[in-house]
Amino acid sequence: MSDIIRWTAAELADKLSAGEVSSREATQAHLDRIAAVDGDVHAFLHVNEGALAAADAIDTARAAGERLHPLAGVPLAIKDVLVTTDQPTTSGSKILEGYMSPYDATVVARARAAGLVPLGKTNMDEFAMGSSTEHSAYGPTRNPWDLDRVPGGSGGGSAAAVAAFEAPLALGSDTGGSIRQPAHVTGTVGIKPTYGGVSRYGAIALASSLDQVGPVTRTVLDSGLLHDVIGGHDPKDSTSLTDAWPSFAEAAREGARGDVLKGLKVGVIKELPDSGFQAGVAASFRASLDLLEANGAEIVEISTPHFEYGVAAYYLILPAEASSNLAKFDSVRFGLRVTPDGNPTVEDVMSATREAGFGDEVKRRIILGTYALSAGYYDAYYGSAQKVRTLIQRDFDNAFAEVDVIATPSAPTTAFKLGAKIDDPLQMYLNDVTTIPANLAGVPGISIPSGLAEEDGMPVGIQFLAPAHEDARLYRVGAALETALVDSWGAPLLTRAPQLPGGNR
Amino acid sequence: MLARIQLNDDEVTRLTGQLDAIVDNIAKVSEVATPDVAATSHPIPLANVFRPDVVGETLTHEQVLLNAPDAADGRFRVTAILGEEQ
Amino acid sequence: MAAAAKLMDFDKALEMFEPVLGFEVHIELNTNTKMFSDAPNPANEKYHAAEPNTLIAPVDMGLPGAMPAVNETAIRSSISLGLALGCSIAESSRFARKNYFYPDLGKNYQISQYDEPIAYQGSVVVELEDGTLVTVPIERAHMEEDAGKLTHMGGATGRIQGAEYSLVDYNRAGVPLVEIVTDIIYGTEHRAPEVAKAYVSTIRDIVRSLGISEARLERGNLRCDANVSLRPRVAEGEEPAPLGTRTETKNVNSMRSVERAVRHEIQRQAQILADGGTIIQETRHWHEDTGTTSPGRPKSDADDYRYFPEPDLLPVQPTAALIEELRAELPEQPVARRRRLKAEWNFTDLEFQDVRNGALIDEVEATIAAGATPAAARKWWTGEVSRLANAQGKDAAVLISPENVAALQKLIDEGTLTDKLARQVLEGVIAGEGTPQEVVEGRGLAVVSDDGALIAAIDDALAAQPDVMAKIKDGKVQAAGAVIGAVMKAMKGQADAARVRELILERAAQ
Ligand SMILES: [Mg+2]
Ligand SMILES: [Zn+2]
Repeated sequence: MSDIIRWTAAELADKLSAGEVSSREATQAHLDRIAAVDGDVHAFLHVNEGALAAADAIDTARAAGERLHPLAGVPLAIKDVLVTTDQPTTSGSKILEGYMSPYDATVVARARAAGLVPLGKTNMDEFAMGSSTEHSAYGPTRNPWDLDRVPGGSGGGSAAAVAAFEAPLALGSDTGGSIRQPAHVTGTVGIKPTYGGVSRYGAIALASSLDQVGPVTRTVLDSGLLHDVIGGHDPKDSTSLTDAWPSFAEAAREGARGDVLKGLKVGVIKELPDSGFQAGVAASFRASLDLLEANGAEIVEISTPHFEYGVAAYYLILPAEASSNLAKFDSVRFGLRVTPDGNPTVEDVMSATREAGFGDEVKRRIILGTYALSAGYYDAYYGSAQKVRTLIQRDFDNAFAEVDVIATPSAPTTAFKLGAKIDDPLQMYLNDVTTIPANLAGVPGISIPSGLAEEDGMPVGIQFLAPAHEDARLYRVGAALETALVDSWGAPLLTRAPQLPGGNR
Repeated sequence: MLARIQLNDDEVTRLTGQLDAIVDNIAKVSEVATPDVAATSHPIPLANVFRPDVVGETLTHEQVLLNAPDAADGRFRVTAILGEEQ
Repeated sequence: MAAAAKLMDFDKALEMFEPVLGFEVHIELNTNTKMFSDAPNPANEKYHAAEPNTLIAPVDMGLPGAMPAVNETAIRSSISLGLALGCSIAESSRFARKNYFYPDLGKNYQISQYDEPIAYQGSVVVELEDGTLVTVPIERAHMEEDAGKLTHMGGATGRIQGAEYSLVDYNRAGVPLVEIVTDIIYGTEHRAPEVAKAYVSTIRDIVRSLGISEARLERGNLRCDANVSLRPRVAEGEEPAPLGTRTETKNVNSMRSVERAVRHEIQRQAQILADGGTIIQETRHWHEDTGTTSPGRPKSDADDYRYFPEPDLLPVQPTAALIEELRAELPEQPVARRRRLKAEWNFTDLEFQDVRNGALIDEVEATIAAGATPAAARKWWTGEVSRLANAQGKDAAVLISPENVAALQKLIDEGTLTDKLARQVLEGVIAGEGTPQEVVEGRGLAVVSDDGALIAAIDDALAAQPDVMAKIKDGKVQAAGAVIGAVMKAMKGQADAARVRELILERAAQ
């Protein structure tokens, strides 16, 4: 196997800058890897025909002595929720099959401007609704650690792509954990930035007040590098923050030096007892806390009494906003059109199109959201859920008055088997119990691999949460723990992933 | 119906059966959403975010119609409309 | 079309019922760009004539991933309008999504304001034709975006009913609107139709004076929905009857139609109620051609718009400083302004009413500013210009600029043109031949002011009528008329008759 695909983005970037490898070689290596393993993994919905040309352009510019961004020439996988001008965008739905956007999402435009090479579009639960990528209209993505298991969701494609070494970097979106939970189950790193830290312009909206775009990578430093490219103010997204952000890559490098853990106060939530988690998940979490403590951190028990209402609030806010956001898929201007027999009115055509074009999970949430917003229910449902946000924000405020970061297991269980929970939405929804509070409150969160669960050998992640605007703190702490963990393992966790059938070249 | 999705009987049974379970779960929220708690509609509070009134780059006519399921005379074409303008 | 409704005599209707009114007026702002995108705004004169689907940014047609961004000028215009309506400006207002499916709505929701409008609780004083002042209470003014435009094809009349298919143009989608909603208006009695007209005309005057809208009714820059209900009269001392069921007549888009529609709806409802029927709460459509309304959509489930705060936009919280800045820039209220101008111009009631009814106050004022006397300015605008405008079915204001009217009058005052020649020059200016001076040159219309040429023509005329000079010398000055006529004819009208007369009398005195 080519080493190229095993390099981190930071290593690849260095070798590209040093002229040790060309972007064409790097891109070709990843395209070869996709050709070899993606038949099994199915991380990609579309592979970019223009990838090599984009790589060549970077090589040419480099040869001409142009000043390039440090990441120029590094391949990037893009979650299909982000619109792209050079490749179709479907958001995992039949209703958008073949859709070509006339404009690029801001994060995509920024990645292109930095010279990143778009490799393709990654699979996802339809319109990002799901925690397993089984709800993609184009078939599920499989977990590279065990092809019978889910890669998490909704961004299972992006997580699987980086876990399977099909791409060094990927973009994801996180509405209730869709970056962090797939990272947890695939042994990768994912960050949900502070709400407004990264532009949502061009990210097909699921729940506008919860969605946030972020990096999906194999190391904390790689996430920082990508975050530096895509982050910052965008006037096209009115909710975008005007903060002058520090370099997150710098923060990760600083964290890797280790001393940030000394005196760091790490909050552990009293209301999330170990009993709520799979044994291997709880054990891995405890081991990470021990390691943090051994490195000088102080573990402090905190109370967040309202987090338990988060899931309920989330499943009111999300469907309500989604029902409105997805109304635009009506067959008039773009997307699928299904015209029933007879002399159908436009209303008939819209209804038939939405019936045929949306999957069950999407319909379920649209119907629930429509109901939650309808006259007489708004105050009790959407309005009450917005109050829970206030309460959860207060919990965070109180907690962060005492601690620097909060740590939780990233999700209650390791990857489950395909099909195990697909017909049980409630069980599926409970997957997000640890990740949802961050979306409701707008605070940033990171998931990094913490080890393997003893009982099934599947990856487990630890999540850190920081106050809003303090994303850099997550990079410092995440990189510090990552360094300590990799030291203790002797090699990155992903080196322990099994060979993929097509991948043993 | 308001969601404008044509559902057959099977689907109504399957989807709404699950809805009940979700709606039950939802009652939980009202336990703590008391009148004294303010609602938060935006996770990070901002205000007065405006754009200068300056014309930017617009889509070309070709880009506008790029994905049109049906078009005629430079416009999007739809079948007869039952309802009236709001 | 629906069978013509039975109408009760208006006076009789007023004997039995008290009319209760309410209006929703939508104003299209003339900002450069749309409410939520930086695409050009077709409600601005500069972009009015654009081809379908050419003024579009991604959010205007609801493209996946697109997001709205608020136009700062639209905010300022809305605050100014709110202040001009005597409203309080909300410390914090916000946008909401009004959800409903319709093909002209790119996102299938309209971004509007719901529970927190930018302006609330004001009033406007409107003046009826006889000078009576009526105060119309304003409930709120809120910002929103317009929808696209549907063209119904294949039907008989271009109406939605019976059309085979429809075409959608999203240019208008996202045009900034301010919707002004009145409180319930009581006590207008038999003047209800007149109050309706005066209200819409006052709103138009206000937005014009603010300069925030082109305010052209025929282009839909200003659109009025009129709510009418009737309540039975009760004997003195009795509890007032509850409010009747109202109808909302949509899109009444001229001053005259507003008046007619309200009158028609009062007569129609009165007849139904007198016949023991009930009024259905519904929207009704105004038909300009027949002067009638026809039933539209009854209120139904579809009116559950599922409003919720727009998560993609932030609250609008104007500072006190901004509000005071905009308040200081407010123009005079229309009624006060009219009273001042009438006095300044020294017009009679009738003269001023002529100008006002023609909606020509701005034009007359600008013409005076450009140098004409008030009398001359009024005469041109209410006379010849209005006559030509009527003939062409256009607004007088679009035919000619105030500067050109003033220039035309100046040419008369200088003696370059006679009144008759000036009318020809006016036609030339309207036909696009240039400024009055350019038309005079282009058509060779100037009065012949060369005395030599006039004297030669007088000589010829006197030679043809040898007895005339003797009569003049005899003191029969009126005999000069025949010579003047002949000279004018010879000069093809381009002579100043007064000068010709002077020259003849000089000759007689020699
Ligand atoms: Mg209205
Ligand atoms: Zn409106």
